[in-house]
Amino acid sequence: MSRDFVRRLPGTGYSYSGRRTLSEVLHLDFPMIFLTLIICGYGLVILYSAVDKNVAMVVSQSIKIGISFSALIVMAQISPIVYLRLAPWLYLISLALLVVVLLMGYQVNGSKRWIRIPGVFNFQPSEVMKLVLPMILAWYFHDRHLPPKPKHLFWAAVMIALPVLLIARQPDLGTALLIGASGLLVLLLAGLPWSYVFTAIGLGLVSAPALWLVMRDYQQQRILTLLDPERDPLGAGWNIIQSKTAIGSGGLFGKGLFLGTQSHLDFLPESQTDFIIAVMAEELGFIGVIGLLILYLLLIGRGVMISVQAQDTFGRLLGGTISFTFFVYVFVNIGMVSGILPVVGVPLPLVSYGGTSMLTLFAGFGMLMSIHTHRRITL
Amino acid sequence: MPEPLALKDHSGESQIFFERAVAGFALLVLLTLFLVARLFYLQIVRHDVYSTLSDKNRIQVQSLAPTRGLIYDRNGELLADNIPSYSLTITVERVKDLDKTLEKIKSLIGLSADDIEAFKRRLKRRQRPFESVPILFKLTQAEIAKIGVNEYALPGVQVEASLVRHYPKGKLMAHAVGSVRRINEEDARKLDPVAYSGIDDIGKIGVEKYYETALLGKVGYERVETDARGKIMQVLDSTKPIPGKNLVLTVDTSLQQVASDALGDRRGAVVALNPRTGGILALVSKPSYDPNLFVTGIDYKTYSSLRDSPNTPLFNRAIQGQYEPGSTIKPFMGIAGLASGVINPEYTIHDPGYFKLPGSDRLYRDWSWAPGGYGGQGDVDLEKAIYRSVNVYFYNLAVKLGIDRIHDYLKEFGFGQDTVLDLPEARAGLLPSKAWKRKARGEPWYPGDTVNVGIGQGNILVTPLQLATAVAMIANRGKAIAPHMLKTGSELLEDSSVTRLKDVDRVPGWIWDLITKAMMEVVHRGNMGYGENGTAWAYIGRDIPYHMAGKSGTAQVVGIAQGEEYNGADLDERNRKHAWFVAFAPVEKPVIAVAVLVENGGGGSEYAAPVARKVIDHYLLDEDLDVAAVKR
Repeated sequence: MSRDFVRRLPGTGYSYSGRRTLSEVLHLDFPMIFLTLIICGYGLVILYSAVDKNVAMVVSQSIKIGISFSALIVMAQISPIVYLRLAPWLYLISLALLVVVLLMGYQVNGSKRWIRIPGVFNFQPSEVMKLVLPMILAWYFHDRHLPPKPKHLFWAAVMIALPVLLIARQPDLGTALLIGASGLLVLLLAGLPWSYVFTAIGLGLVSAPALWLVMRDYQQQRILTLLDPERDPLGAGWNIIQSKTAIGSGGLFGKGLFLGTQSHLDFLPESQTDFIIAVMAEELGFIGVIGLLILYLLLIGRGVMISVQAQDTFGRLLGGTISFTFFVYVFVNIGMVSGILPVVGVPLPLVSYGGTSMLTLFAGFGMLMSIHTHRRITL
Repeated sequence: MPEPLALKDHSGESQIFFERAVAGFALLVLLTLFLVARLFYLQIVRHDVYSTLSDKNRIQVQSLAPTRGLIYDRNGELLADNIPSYSLTITVERVKDLDKTLEKIKSLIGLSADDIEAFKRRLKRRQRPFESVPILFKLTQAEIAKIGVNEYALPGVQVEASLVRHYPKGKLMAHAVGSVRRINEEDARKLDPVAYSGIDDIGKIGVEKYYETALLGKVGYERVETDARGKIMQVLDSTKPIPGKNLVLTVDTSLQQVASDALGDRRGAVVALNPRTGGILALVSKPSYDPNLFVTGIDYKTYSSLRDSPNTPLFNRAIQGQYEPGSTIKPFMGIAGLASGVINPEYTIHDPGYFKLPGSDRLYRDWSWAPGGYGGQGDVDLEKAIYRSVNVYFYNLAVKLGIDRIHDYLKEFGFGQDTVLDLPEARAGLLPSKAWKRKARGEPWYPGDTVNVGIGQGNILVTPLQLATAVAMIANRGKAIAPHMLKTGSELLEDSSVTRLKDVDRVPGWIWDLITKAMMEVVHRGNMGYGENGTAWAYIGRDIPYHMAGKSGTAQVVGIAQGEEYNGADLDERNRKHAWFVAFAPVEKPVIAVAVLVENGGGGSEYAAPVARKVIDHYLLDEDLDVAAVKR
C-alpha cells in the first residue's frame, strides 16, 4: 500500500502548494482543447471539400463547433460532485424521455428518434443517454467495492439494459449497441473479472447464429452486403463499394485536396456526414488518414491520462468511459466506411457534419476537464 | 448499505482502474493498427484496382454507333436501309413507383407480360445507375403522342430515337440479303465488347452476316466525365465513328421479282447467275418471310409460327435445300463419259424401257417404262439420251464409269462442296463415292447404287445454287466460277474460306459443243413427233426467241415399288416429285444460267421449265442485249 501511495502521489500532479494553475482556475485542459480544435479544424477543411466549397455549410458547422465549445466550457465549470449528485435524476429523466420518444416521437425514415417541438428544438434523448449512462454507472460504483460483486453487476446490467432496449425499440440498433458498449466499458474499467469477459465473448460467438435468426431482414441484408457488396452493386452494396473505391483510389498521398472525383462527382454517398473519412482518404491519401488517427490517439490518450489521475472512482470511471467510447465511435465509423463493419449510422467524431454528436462529444470533454480541474482530497 | 463499515480501498481501486486503462489503451492501439492495416491494404496494396474503379466511375466511354452500311442491288435499288425507330426507355432512378409507371404505360399504349419480363432482364444487366433501359420498341406516332401528352405523369420515362435496319423489299429479298437480329445474351458473350459497344444489331444470316465486319463500320468513342447521376461534366476526348461500307450486290431486284412471281405460291427456289462472273442475279426461296420482323426482336408467337410452319419459310431452299438432282445430272454424266473415253458420241444402246444389272432381276426403269414391255425409246445415243432424258442410257453409262470416276468428274463442277463465297449458310450437298459410303454408312458400295446415281437419284444431293453453278460451268465450257453476291469491293471476297473450283481443262471443246447442242435440243427440238421432241420443247420451246440450253429433272420423293407406275395425281401433294429445270442462254454467248426447283411440283419440263423461261426472258429482254442477233 505504502509503495503504491509513494508511487502515485507525484503522478497525480497534485499540488499542496495552494497555488492553483491557470488550467485549474479556468477549469480547462489545454492539451485536450488544443487537440480537439486541431481535429475540428482539419475536419472543417475536409468538410469544405466534401460540400463542394459550400461556405454556408462550413460556417454552419463552425457555429455548431462554437456552440459545442461553449457547452464544453460550461460543463467544465461544474464540479464533478454535482454530476455525481445529479446522475440518478438525469438517468431517470433520460429514461422517461426515451419512453416519451417511443410514444410520441417524431418519425424519420421509419424510426422514432426525435422529440420535436416544431420551431423550438429537435432533441434526441438517445444522444443524452450516451453521457448519462456512464454517469449513472460511475455513480453506482463510486461507493461500492471494486472489483464489483455479481449482485452489483446484475443491477448495473439492468441499468444498461433499460436504455439499450428502449433505443433498440425506436428502432436505432446502431446507437443502442454503442450505448450498450459504453456501459460495458464502465464495467470493464471498474474491474469486471476477465473470466466474465471471456465467458461473455465465448457465449457471444456461440449464440451468433441465434442472433442471426432474430435479426430483422434489413439487418441481415447489411451483414450480407458487408460480406459481398457486389451482390447488389447498384443498391445496398453501392455505398460500401463507392467508399472503398474512394479510399483505395486515394493511394498514399491522395488525389489532392478538392480533387477527389468520387466525392465531387457524387459517387460517394453521405460524403459530408458518415462517409467523410472516405473524402479525406481520397483527397489526402493514407498519410492524411494516419495523421487524423494520430490526433485521435493523442486526444484519447489525454483523456485516459486525466481519468487515471482522477482522485475518485466516479471521476475515473466516467472519464475513462468517455475517452474509450470516443475511440469506439472512431473505430466503428472508419471500420464501416472501409468495409470491415456493417453500415450503421455513426458519424466520425469531430469531423462529420452535424451538431448533435458534436455537442455530446464536447460536453463529454467538458466533464473530463471538470474531473481534471476540480480537485478535492477524498481520503 | 450492505457493508456500512467497510472502508473503500481507494488505492487498490485506482490500481485496478490503472491496469484496466492501460489494458484498454493497449487494445485501442491494437485496433487502431488494425484500421491502419485495412487502410494500407485498400490504399497501397489495392490502390491500382480502386484507381481503375474510380476512373471507371467517373469516365464513361460513350460509344458513338456507326451507321450500318447500306446494301444495294446491281441497279442501285436499296435492299437494306437504316431508318429511325423510336423506343420507350425508363431511367428507374427517376421513377417514383416502377409498378405504377408500368401500369400507366400499359393503360396508355399497352404492355405485355413478355415486354415487362424482358425489360426486367435488361434492367439487371445495367452497368450503372441512371442508365436508361428500353421497354418498348418501334413506337408508332400515335404511341409517341400518347406518351408525350402524359409526360408529366411519367417521370423517368422517355422516348429515344435510334437507327434500325429496314428492308424495303421485305419478303422478296429476305433469302438473298439475309437480315440482322438484335444482339442477345449469347451473342454478347461471343462478341468483342469494344467493337460492338453501343450496337444493338448484328448480321445473323446471309450477306448481312458474311459482310458483318464491313457493314458494321467502326465504333467511335467519346470519353466523358460524368457525375453519379450520369450527367456529363466534360468531354475528355472523342473519336468519330466510321460508318459501315455500303455494299452493291450482283442481284437484280426486278429479276428476283420475276422469279418470285414465276414460282407463285409454290414452294421452291430459283437461282440465276452470271456464268462469266459467278455473280448471283437472283436467289429466290419460297415461301419467304419478312426480315423486318427480326430487327428489333420478334415476339415468340410470331417466331414460333414461322419456325413451325410446315412450309418452313425461314429455310433458304436455294442454298440450304439439298435435293436429288434427278435428270439434271445427265449432261454432267455425259461429259464424264465422253471425257473419260468410256463412250463416244456414236455409242448407242437400245432402250427397252428398263435397265438390268447383269445377273440381277431388279428393274431400273425409264420414265417411258410401261408394264408389259411397251415402253422404251428405241436406239439411243448420248445426244438423244440428253434431249429425251433417257434413263436407261445413263444407267448403263453410270455402271460403265463406276462411282469413283463419276465422283471425280462431278466434283470438278462443284458438287459435294460449298463453293459460294459469301453466303455462310450454303450447304455442300452430297457427292457419293465408295470411300464416303464406307465411312458414312459402314457399308460397301453396291453396283445398284451407281445405277441410281446415273440419273441423279439415290445418295446424291445438290442445292439449287450448286446446280446453277455447275450449269454455268457448262455454259463457260469448263471455266470455273465462284458464285457470290457482292458486286463491287472484290477484296472483301478474298478471305472466303470455301473451296475454289478449278477450270475443267481435261474436257476438250467438242465435248462442250456436243453437250450444249444436246441441251439446246431439250428446249428447241420440236415438231418431230413424240419420241423425238426435246423434253421441254412443248412447254417452253415453241416460241422461244433466242437459243436456250436446258435440262429438266424430276426427283423422286417417295420410292415406287417394282412394277408400279408413278401416278402424280394419286399421290399426296407432299409426296409428289420435285421438279427441276436448269438452263443457260443465249447459247452463243451465255449471260445467264438458271436453276429452278419446284418442290413437289411434278415433272420438271412441265412445271420448272416455264419458271426458268420467264426468268431468262426477263433478263435477256431487259439487259440491252442484241436479242435480234440471237434470234433464230
